[in-house]
Amino acid sequence: MAESTSRDSRSELVWRAYGEHGVLIECRDLAEVHARFRAVRGSALVEECVPGAETLYVRPRNPATSRAELVRLIGSLPAVSETFGDPERPLHVVDVVYDGVDLGDVAALTRMSIEEVVRRHTAPTYTVAFLGFSRAFPYLVGLDPALVVPRLESPRPSVPAGSIAMGAGFTGIYPASTPGGWRLLGRSSVAFFDESRDPPGLLAPGDHVRFRAVGP
Amino acid sequence: MTLVVRSCGPMVTVQDRGRRGRAHEGIARAGAFDVRAASLANRLVGNDPDAAVLEALLGSYAFEVTHSTAVAITGAILPVRVNGKDASQNHAIELRRGDRLELGSPTDGLRAYLALSGGVDAPLVLGSRSYDSLGRIGPPPLTVGDVVRSGPSAPGEAWFELVPVRPHPAVPTIDVVEGPRYDWLSAQARVELTNGSWVVEPASDRTGVRLRGEALTRATDWAGRELATEAMIPGAIQLPANGQPIILGPDCGTTGGYPVVGVVRERSMSDLAQLRPGQHVRLRLR
Repeated sequence: MAESTSRDSRSELVWRAYGEHGVLIECRDLAEVHARFRAVRGSALVEECVPGAETLYVRPRNPATSRAELVRLIGSLPAVSETFGDPERPLHVVDVVYDGVDLGDVAALTRMSIEEVVRRHTAPTYTVAFLGFSRAFPYLVGLDPALVVPRLESPRPSVPAGSIAMGAGFTGIYPASTPGGWRLLGRSSVAFFDESRDPPGLLAPGDHVRFRAVGP
Repeated sequence: MTLVVRSCGPMVTVQDRGRRGRAHEGIARAGAFDVRAASLANRLVGNDPDAAVLEALLGSYAFEVTHSTAVAITGAILPVRVNGKDASQNHAIELRRGDRLELGSPTDGLRAYLALSGGVDAPLVLGSRSYDSLGRIGPPPLTVGDVVRSGPSAPGEAWFELVPVRPHPAVPTIDVVEGPRYDWLSAQARVELTNGSWVVEPASDRTGVRLRGEALTRATDWAGRELATEAMIPGAIQLPANGQPIILGPDCGTTGGYPVVGVVRERSMSDLAQLRPGQHVRLRLR
């Protein structure tokens, strides 16, 4: 156990302090993150509950709640039965024009042809792991391990909205023009975010996504 | 309508308490950066402390009054004039139809707050009137000719008449706590984080305040490693590979991949909001 972690004796949860009031819970894998997120997010005692790849951040609604009480609450909530990756969840097929500015670099880094990169990127059915960053950016798991490449050394000041990209072992879709350090493979014209809808993101955690290559 | 923008400095936006409880949807909190100044401005005109206000970056703003109202201006210290005559900050100012209200350039601090009796009205987007500059959610920044309407809520009694204007310290001290990835810092970097004098970079905004100083090195166990993506929160001190920390602001992304080595205490976020590019700042672990 690292120096800054604590363990709750009853639930065995390993956690770190995050900010003045919050905690970061360490999870074994994405499935545990997802199950704990679904259990915690409905609690009236919790203000924020944010899943990551291996952790769950929880901030109490009442700042007077001690971290030990908060961790005990999280450990006591019944696990949600739905398994991450449930095939019954909605499937979104997204048409992509594969003409991203980093496609050539990705082909060079993976020692593949551009056609092979596109074939391997369009082959899997991905699952939305969690939403984050800005405007409901979806982090998708299921990427072919042969396509995993490091993110850009320094982020671009602006990435076009609808860009299909890879980074940190995920693939994802930039719902808006923002700064970004992921490698750009192509673009889609689907509106992934609409602030007049609630929730505003088109994709939800657990949903499935397939990419289909189309002409420009 | 109540005010019309006649002259517009670098950026003025509507801000309230922000979009809380939506970070898991990938929606930034946004909201007033200097919460202390925003709530003081509201209290001076009898509003709820979380009512929507205008947040004005730097200066050179002018408003024409089209309906009599009361305003209060707090935060950055700057010249306030009504029809060319000096007026006080941290004090309710009665304005009549036809008056011209001007905010000059701050001599101290970066962001001024203008509260309007009844609050600033704007459409609620995802539960808030705040503008999120990263996601571009909420009412866009104001431009010349835009109308600022006062809200429907009937204001109550002012909580205070006048609050002394206190200058911000020349070299402010920001209180921080250890972050969840404090152990990624080398022993030397842990000393430098709080002993070093940091300079605020010009490329700072509502998404983050970038600091420049002696590069903070990683502990050998963590050198060259990438952190799995995790939650980011306003006040988090991120450590990118170049060792120059970035303190996240209210419009920061809700997830990220740089280790968070410290987190600014909530009471110090108001001091962070007022840091000017080129200014020196110290961090204190407590």
